[in-house]
Amino acid sequence: MMPTDFKDNEALEQLRESGTNVVLTTVSDLVSWGRANSLWPLMFATSCCGIEIMAAGAARTDFSRFGIEVYRSSPRQADLMVVAGTIVHKMAPVLKRLYDQMADPKYVVAMGNCAISGGPFRDSYHVVNGIEDIIPVDVYIPGCPVRPEALLYGIMQLQRKIKVSYSLPLGKKEEDK
Amino acid sequence: MTDQALLDKVLAFAPGKVAVEEYVNTYPALRVEADALHDLARFLKENEETDFDYLMCLSGVDWGANLGVVYHLRSTRHGHVLVLKTQTPERITPTIDTISDLWVGAEFHEREVYDMFGIRFTNHPDMRRIFMSDKWMGFPLRKDYQASNPLHLETEGAYEDEGIRKLASGKGKDETFIINFGPQHPSTHGVLRLVITLEGENVDQVQPHCGYIHRGIEKMCEHLTYQQIVHLTDRMDYLSAHINNEAVCLCVEKALQVEVPLRAQYIRTIMDELTRVASHLLFWTSFGMDLGATTCFFYSMRERDHILDIFEETCGARLVLSYVCPGGVMYDLHPNFQRRVKDFIREMRRRLPEYHRLLSGNVIFQGRSRNIGVLSHENAVSFGVTGPSGRASGWHCDVRKQDPYHVYSQVDFQEAIRTEGDVFARYMLRMDELETSLNIIEQLIDQIPSGDYAAKMKPVIRVPEGEYYQRVETARGDLGVWLVSQGDKFPYRLKFRSPGFSTLAALPHLCHGFKIADLIAISGSLDFVIPDIDR
Amino acid sequence: MIYDFSKLTSSLDQLLLSVLPPFWVLLVEALLVLIAGLAAFAVLGMILVYMERKVCAFFQVRLGPNRVGKWGTLQLIADMLKLLTKELVTPRGVDVLLYNVAPFIIIMAAFLSFGALPFARGLHAIDFNIGVFYLMAVSSLAVLGILLGGWASNNKYTVIGAMRSGAQVVSYELSVGLTYITMVAFAGTMQLSGIVEAQADGWFLFKGHLPALIAFVVFLIASTAEANRGPFDLAEAESELIAGYHTEYSGLRFAFFYLAEYLNMFIGAAIAATLFLGGWMPLHIGSWEAFNAVMDFIPPIVWFFGKTFLLVWVTMWFKWTFPRLRIDQLLTLEWKYLMPVSFFNLLLMTVIILLGWHF
Repeated sequence: MMPTDFKDNEALEQLRESGTNVVLTTVSDLVSWGRANSLWPLMFATSCCGIEIMAAGAARTDFSRFGIEVYRSSPRQADLMVVAGTIVHKMAPVLKRLYDQMADPKYVVAMGNCAISGGPFRDSYHVVNGIEDIIPVDVYIPGCPVRPEALLYGIMQLQRKIKVSYSLPLGKKEEDK
Repeated sequence: MTDQALLDKVLAFAPGKVAVEEYVNTYPALRVEADALHDLARFLKENEETDFDYLMCLSGVDWGANLGVVYHLRSTRHGHVLVLKTQTPERITPTIDTISDLWVGAEFHEREVYDMFGIRFTNHPDMRRIFMSDKWMGFPLRKDYQASNPLHLETEGAYEDEGIRKLASGKGKDETFIINFGPQHPSTHGVLRLVITLEGENVDQVQPHCGYIHRGIEKMCEHLTYQQIVHLTDRMDYLSAHINNEAVCLCVEKALQVEVPLRAQYIRTIMDELTRVASHLLFWTSFGMDLGATTCFFYSMRERDHILDIFEETCGARLVLSYVCPGGVMYDLHPNFQRRVKDFIREMRRRLPEYHRLLSGNVIFQGRSRNIGVLSHENAVSFGVTGPSGRASGWHCDVRKQDPYHVYSQVDFQEAIRTEGDVFARYMLRMDELETSLNIIEQLIDQIPSGDYAAKMKPVIRVPEGEYYQRVETARGDLGVWLVSQGDKFPYRLKFRSPGFSTLAALPHLCHGFKIADLIAISGSLDFVIPDIDR
Repeated sequence: MIYDFSKLTSSLDQLLLSVLPPFWVLLVEALLVLIAGLAAFAVLGMILVYMERKVCAFFQVRLGPNRVGKWGTLQLIADMLKLLTKELVTPRGVDVLLYNVAPFIIIMAAFLSFGALPFARGLHAIDFNIGVFYLMAVSSLAVLGILLGGWASNNKYTVIGAMRSGAQVVSYELSVGLTYITMVAFAGTMQLSGIVEAQADGWFLFKGHLPALIAFVVFLIASTAEANRGPFDLAEAESELIAGYHTEYSGLRFAFFYLAEYLNMFIGAAIAATLFLGGWMPLHIGSWEAFNAVMDFIPPIVWFFGKTFLLVWVTMWFKWTFPRLRIDQLLTLEWKYLMPVSFFNLLLMTVIILLGWHF
């Protein structure tokens, strides 16, 4: 098993520190820092978790503090897609299309049990059992529905992940192996 | 008219075709031959003495050998209810006459029955599937449904959809400006899809497409025990989660004839009203956002968070409470509950004038909401638009007054009514209801009696054979639960008559001739919750 | 006395002339102005966006960005880095040339107006004798970019947004123009530096009596509408049209639209400050020598930005308080109220000038 197979943030960070890639440039780090701190989410919510996203954006847990402020309704301008709520068969093509419409780099957070596995509706005839069958997911946040605090934690994990990843092609080689 | 007199009258109308249903039922029920249904329905609607103008619920059901459709009719004038049950002779090509020419709201309900059971309604203006895509195999709510439908990821072209083809057919494909709102659109409050045709900025036709969050809750309920079902109902109308839970529990309790302890009834009522306040606050939020007044969002979310804190302290959840269980509530109140609720009422009373100053009194806001999307009283009844939207059209449709449950009969409150029926009336009605709810809570909060918070129930509930119907007033309107039990631990059929579904049917009717911006305002003022529509 | 930046520029000019032939001097100076302008442009854009976020947060009982850098000050750097490195999507079916040109037209229009603004005495890129006229001309260029962008994107939402914007900007241009004329009539010159100098003994807002006040209010409303700012943001109308005319733009191109919106707001405020609040001129009251001297102590550039940002703040206040107008309300407001008022106001101003009823 390659060390890169470990997908948790601790392993990724250790990997960076242990210097598997010599050509670390500050430019790459700077861009990564920029990307991590400027995640503009796409307004996308199908059910209950969407209300908790709204709550997370509201005054108490105001996530604009972390640079997640500018909610874009157009996928072209969004960086982060928080898939909040159940995805059903009829919605699946739409979800995929929205993901395709987003400009790179793009990140996906599966928020809530429905998006992770189908949640309480797993046995239903019309529910997709986890969005990973449709689009790649960066962070999974369990909960039904996810609390705003948990959402914030999840997005901060994503920020950590972005900060250790290589934003310029020079790091790609190591990762692609 | 008494139930017996009503039955006699109907039996005399079509002798031989109608028989009194002997099954246990909440309301007087009649079994009607399929070919006599339409005439009987017309008679019931147009006769002065019966005057069934409100189609409460229309549900399909699979009886095994054949398929059935059940109509719950109610008269807004006389207040009596009648259940009509009809069956198709066979299940290969089942057809029944439509009643959508009598009750406009039936159009959507019949499409749902077609989608779920495959019963075709003859003479229906728009017989298409409503939740599932056109390619879907089989009819999911039939008992023998086994079709496997693989996940399709390719997007279908716009004109592959039968409904859109129909929209475009008026003037030809190239001349109609068809525009697609949703399923991912900031103002459809979820994943509703509206296909609209435009004449410049003016909306010509609106065609709602549902099913983007159809989770098959009704089918799932057929394999779950009653305690488990409660947890799915939260997620239908998640903004009035508590009231949804209650609907099922009340229905089960009614069937079992369980006496719920008074303490539990008080707790449930207070929680009901808190939920309603939270939901109307969220309405204020989203309605303001729809009209471009973003700041509203933060103000009412701030107050809403106080309610969620109270919920959290007592039942551990913020949004989907699952606090109610058949027989009472799950656990007792938190000791802080009363104090915090009183604090909240004081706070809310202080904030409400601020809300009105910020939004209700604004010139732009008034200009955008007055005389827009007027829903007349007749149409509200015919479409079955209940709840605040119905009451804004002058229809006294509050279930808390009509069929009081819990301790609503002991509370002194006025049913908020407005008669204009426009966007502004619907908006103001919800603001009125905020105050009504606060008054109700205030009356009850100090009166909570001591005692048990739940009646003793068996771990496995078996509801006696029969059909039961329970209505509750959610923040969106009349939520009906129709439970068919065959004495098993699972329900045989559980139908939710969701308020949003009927309200959605009225949307195309309201929007014709208004601007795009008005469409947003109208759909915002109807206050949908999409999972409530799609279930 | 107030520092004159033309001393600095002319000495620089002399210095260059002493080492280079005149043509090269011109070239070097043009380059210097360009660099300085672009830098100021970018920095201002970031300050404005940061200000908007903070102001909006405080209106909305929350904190706004505060984790990236002290008080969130680095937030905009992060946003900029992100936008610069984001993929530029060109959807299928767009008119590639127009689609690519549109964001540049918009940002150029903003930049052109920016060049004519007098920031302090002698500190402007170019001081036309028809400065006001020039501003009118270039500020209406932006609508071209919006129309092109909306049309070329091959998307129904963008077309609706662009058409709305076209109708809106063209209508409100009238009121803006009429208020310009009103103030030009009062000042007797079209040169922006001349207008500012004329306010040495009192700002036009105070000197011009009622008509100046009316013109000021009309101008504030109309320039907000011209910049497509809320409550006049129909062209974007997030809750109706996704993102309006720039729905299909991503990355840097979107950043241009985004930045131009803020800069247009700034330019509107700066023009208002120049025409009505004396531009960089300190607050002077008639013959109060001591008071005037104290006011002179504050550098003019501070006066200019202070006034402008105050007006920017007012437009933000509009945006975060009012709901959005509907298209017919918007046009009614202009054609039935603002324009007749402006015409009448122009007449009133003329009468006042002729009768010498002003201060």
